[in-house]
Amino acid sequence: MAQKPVDRGQEYVRIEGVTKRFGDFVAVDNVSLSVFKGEIFCLLGGSGCGKTTLLRMLAGFESPTAGRILIDGQDMAGIPPYDRPVNMMFQSYALFPHMTVEKNVAFGLEQEGLSKSEIAKRVSEMLDIVKLGEFARRKPHQLSGGQRQRVALARALVKRPKLLLLDEPLGALDKKLREHTQFELINLQEQLGVTFVVVTHDQEEAMTLATRIGVMNKGQIVQVGTPTDIYEFPNSRFVADFIGSVNMFDGQLIEDEPGHVRIRCNELESTVYVSHGISAPPEAKVAVAIRPEKIEMSRTAPISNENCAQGVVKEIAYMGDLSVYLVRLESGRMVRVTIPNVERHADERIVWDETVHLSWHPSSPVVLTI
Amino acid sequence: MNRALATLHSLAGKRLVIGVPYVWLLLFFAIPFLIVFKISFSWMQPIQPGYAPLLAWVEETQRFVATLNFSNYQALLQDSLYLSTFLYSVKVAAISTIFCLLVGYPMAYAIARCAPSTRNLFLMLIILPFWTSFLLRVYAWIGLLKTNGVINNTLLALGVIDEPLTLLYTDFAVYIGIVYSYLPFMILPLYSNLEKHDLTLLEAASDLGASPMKAFFKVTLPLSMPGIVAGCLLVFIPAVGEFVIPSLLGRTDQLMIGTVLSAQFFGARNWPVASAVAIVLLLMLLLPILLFQRYQRRELEAAKR
Repeated sequence: MAQKPVDRGQEYVRIEGVTKRFGDFVAVDNVSLSVFKGEIFCLLGGSGCGKTTLLRMLAGFESPTAGRILIDGQDMAGIPPYDRPVNMMFQSYALFPHMTVEKNVAFGLEQEGLSKSEIAKRVSEMLDIVKLGEFARRKPHQLSGGQRQRVALARALVKRPKLLLLDEPLGALDKKLREHTQFELINLQEQLGVTFVVVTHDQEEAMTLATRIGVMNKGQIVQVGTPTDIYEFPNSRFVADFIGSVNMFDGQLIEDEPGHVRIRCNELESTVYVSHGISAPPEAKVAVAIRPEKIEMSRTAPISNENCAQGVVKEIAYMGDLSVYLVRLESGRMVRVTIPNVERHADERIVWDETVHLSWHPSSPVVLTI
Repeated sequence: MNRALATLHSLAGKRLVIGVPYVWLLLFFAIPFLIVFKISFSWMQPIQPGYAPLLAWVEETQRFVATLNFSNYQALLQDSLYLSTFLYSVKVAAISTIFCLLVGYPMAYAIARCAPSTRNLFLMLIILPFWTSFLLRVYAWIGLLKTNGVINNTLLALGVIDEPLTLLYTDFAVYIGIVYSYLPFMILPLYSNLEKHDLTLLEAASDLGASPMKAFFKVTLPLSMPGIVAGCLLVFIPAVGEFVIPSLLGRTDQLMIGTVLSAQFFGARNWPVASAVAIVLLLMLLLPILLFQRYQRRELEAAKR
């Protein structure tokens, strides 16, 4: 997951202390956020976390209860959706069922009052870009899911918006098509230089698409960062748990030095040594998070008596590229370990009910205070 | 054994469910229609049953003789009364249908867009007039429209007019009567169509730069076409043959075809001519009905996806 450098030069969208209430329910709670020109920003969160409401406020379908939204320096308060320099791709695609593909794509341009020849030219250009030229005369119901998705994308992009909002753009596609389309989306975005704000609940989608991710929970942005930041340096238990899978151990700080910390966890026999300092009061209650792929598993005991554990393999899930092991520690705690299947033959692999030793590098654990 | 019985039962059940409406249509539509069709080709006869049989036993030749009489249809063509009443009926029905649409569309739209809990209340209110006799409700309009009726008296009292308006026994009164009586038939199909609309389509239109007005004309209106067609036919077809409303509220110098029909049947007792009028009326209305069916088929196809 190599990341493109983020150009932080130009702020395009600025969300300032935006709150949205529906009656007593606070859907979006005091969110402040900047989106830079030309980036793909993903709002990631579970259902009901407020990500779609935030997107709809950018599009103009909802207005903030408090706070303000600036797009390209202009305050969007009171500006209806049809006057915003923004286009949206809807989760359901919202294609007009009574119009052909061509007409759907032309709809936005007709509203701009362009000449017929100009519209025809731009529509056919756009249909070529999304490879739907031969389907121009079809109605939406005669298309497959993937084709409809591309019509929706073409319809939004043909207006040459500076900002494109995408609500779960790949949600309705099957896995293979989704992976393929993700890369197509990135290519298109680079080709056209549009700023994307994508809402998704699918962390894999967010990881592949985004230059930056904003993780949302209960109406608030809990962390903003590059996919690597979010995955490797989560700032809270929520983010660590939400993104990818993680083994989380509750523990107590027993040694706190600028260059390292030691933590005792009830569920682990050995102490955890972490090779970086943290900012927490001494003897604070903390959580240690270790990603399954960062744990080594072997039949022989490690030399160190720190950062290790012993257990019995209880479950193995073979996923093809890797295998997921569930190991039960002596404390009864289950630990998830993933091992890449480098070898083709399974002779050497660890099997059910084997006693194994787990260990990890001191730089691997993340210490979480909230 | 039990299974065989169950299969038999389910087969019988299926046949029964499908069979009942067919039997109903056969007994109360197909057979009466054929009888009327038959009468339209016979002669009027002063003795019972009022018309001559098509098939008669002729003693001299010892044969059955069938006589078909086309003169009833010829009469319709020759007497300009029929043509003018046909045209007038179509005109009245068409204008009433347009007014029904203009009044009914906003109402159906408003009901479809309000909260689901209030929708049922409004629909109840639309259907509520059916709980009173149709005839009574048309009579009530006489009380409202007549020279010293409620409307004229109110306007006089308010000083809006100096002398009573002639409202009753005019085309206007007929339009009011038809629009008032048939409005639910316009609203209900429109409502059931509008209620199903996906509102994100309007958001999409707005997002693409269409003002609410444009979005209505480009998205909502075309998508509600099946509802409009259904509503218009449900009003237009019975309105063409309407005879209660025009005979109670309408002009005396210009009849509608329904009135002529009932006068021929019950007044002149000329069943053959009356039957011929009924058949021609039916054929005329077949065109919009076929149109309706085409739309229904299209809607079914759209629903399949």
